[in-house]
Amino acid sequence: MNRTRRRKAFSGIVVFLCGAAVFLALIPLFFVFGYVIEKGFSSLSWDFFTRMPKPVGEPGGGMANAMVGTVYLIVIAGAFAVPVGVIAGVYLTEYGKKTFGSLVRFTADVLNGVPSIVIGIFAYGLAVLPVKHFSALAGGLALGFMMIPIITRTTEELLNLVPGTLREGALALGATRARAAFSVMVPAALPGIMTGVLVALARIAGETAPLLFTAFNNRYFSTSLVQPISSLPVQIYTYAVSPYEDWHRQAWAGALVLVGFVFVFSVLARVVTRRLERMHRA
Amino acid sequence: MSETVVSEMETSAGGPAPGAEPTSAAAVSSLAGRKIRMESKRLNFHYGPKQALWDISLQIPEKTVTAFIGPSGCGKSTFLRCLNRMNDIIPDTRVEGDVLLDGNDIYGPGTDIVDLRRRVGMVFQKSNPFPKSIFENVAYGLKINGLASRGEMPERVEKALRRAALWDEVKDRLDASAMGLSGGQQQRLCIARAVAVEPEVLLMDEPCSALDPIATGKVEELIHELQREFTIVIVTHNMQQAARVSEFTAFFMLGRLVEHDRTEKLFTNPGQKITEDYITGRFG
Ligand SMILES: Nc1ncnc2c1ncn2[C@@H]1O[C@H](COP(=O)(O)OP(=O)(O)O)[C@@H](O)[C@H]1O
Ligand SMILES: [Mg+2]
Repeated sequence: MNRTRRRKAFSGIVVFLCGAAVFLALIPLFFVFGYVIEKGFSSLSWDFFTRMPKPVGEPGGGMANAMVGTVYLIVIAGAFAVPVGVIAGVYLTEYGKKTFGSLVRFTADVLNGVPSIVIGIFAYGLAVLPVKHFSALAGGLALGFMMIPIITRTTEELLNLVPGTLREGALALGATRARAAFSVMVPAALPGIMTGVLVALARIAGETAPLLFTAFNNRYFSTSLVQPISSLPVQIYTYAVSPYEDWHRQAWAGALVLVGFVFVFSVLARVVTRRLERMHRA
Repeated sequence: MSETVVSEMETSAGGPAPGAEPTSAAAVSSLAGRKIRMESKRLNFHYGPKQALWDISLQIPEKTVTAFIGPSGCGKSTFLRCLNRMNDIIPDTRVEGDVLLDGNDIYGPGTDIVDLRRRVGMVFQKSNPFPKSIFENVAYGLKINGLASRGEMPERVEKALRRAALWDEVKDRLDASAMGLSGGQQQRLCIARAVAVEPEVLLMDEPCSALDPIATGKVEELIHELQREFTIVIVTHNMQQAARVSEFTAFFMLGRLVEHDRTEKLFTNPGQKITEDYITGRFG
């Protein structure tokens, strides 16, 4: 009797503590969102989305080039990081049970933890120094290097969750190991792999450091692979450290748009996953 | 009581089966005159340091059903998987001896393993349809082996589904996911998928163990039909099933072949005391 009451009280305390922890974890998120929305929303305007930056001192203008630039950089990054990451993940699941596999796995984990500025320096050495020119390509490369380990590891994890009996089923029909992997295992794990890709995209969309000396910045609209290109994070950074009131306002608006980007990726990740999962079930 | 006997036997796995004669004594006289489709000769199989099959010599006559029975863990699946080299994908395994398909050693250096698996199809214990449409499941083997053009595909898929007695149930939803089928339908889909590539031999590893009696009945009926065109090997731990579907039965124990004979003979007048003990339910 007394014991039951004690247990109930204890359970109540635990539930309360869990709730409190969730609350504490969410507070910063709400503050960040609230603050960015409050500061940024008032500066959002049609012009902000459609216009180029104005010269110093002139009020108005927008970040159209930076938004397009960010999308552009993400596409470049994804275009090589997704295939490389997925194929590396397939390698680890299908053939990576030996020492070399552990080495690859370890390297991916280390790479995942490398500060983004270091990745930026690497891409600088690889794609900027030889041609002595900042470029969108170099920026995309830097962001792609950050995506690869995330995609590799999620792909591997998700492929390991696919029942091995599917692989055997394909092999029993005369598929080669690689054929079985790409025609049966990867499609079966696709919802999860897509989520991994979108999470990786969300992760790199807001990176500033790797872009500072790769894609650099561009006051003009550009879609050239070999020219510097503007991006939201770098533009926000540039405006935020400037002494101009109007640029500060625009930086807040840019931050809001960037958060929106990441939000959209995350929601997309959920929707795509659900949809694909449902397709697989019924 | 009966349980202790089994556990003792399992712990002593690796030793010769008590009362078992040397394998050569298990040769079946009634096979004389039958065309042999597959044959193993003095086959040993090892999982790393652990030997799972000992000196198995067995002949599988064509266009009929051969059943493998025996207590669980006795090596039925291992042996079955030696017949299409499915064990190759398990690391650290080793095979000694020969397995012949139409007289050629499938473990020989000239073997194209992809072609072998096309010729020796397999249906698994747990149905494993791909998370794709019903049509794509059946078409998969044809596609990867380049056995049918795009235009021929619908016809070949229909033929396979008809052979698996599944056509009428799925013809209106070929594009629906295979995952939406019932367990019994999924297993028949896997059979359709396997027969679509026209294998010579069809290996089935306890294909009914996850099915209800009605679905089991359907699959058994199907096996009965398929034996006209295919050589079928079925692993089962259900002795009634072996008696119902097979013409020949091989009894395995502790990694050895104890007895191989006409099913009728093996069940009514077994040559070994241990076989009799097993089929009369004294253990296992
Ligand atoms: N992948 C494996 N690795 C190691 N040992 C295995 C493996 N698969 C099966 N075995 C062992 O080989 C023996 C035969 O197993 P199996 O062929 O599955 O028996 P059955 O199908 O007759 O139940 C058992 O002792 C089992 O533990
Ligand atoms: Mg088995």
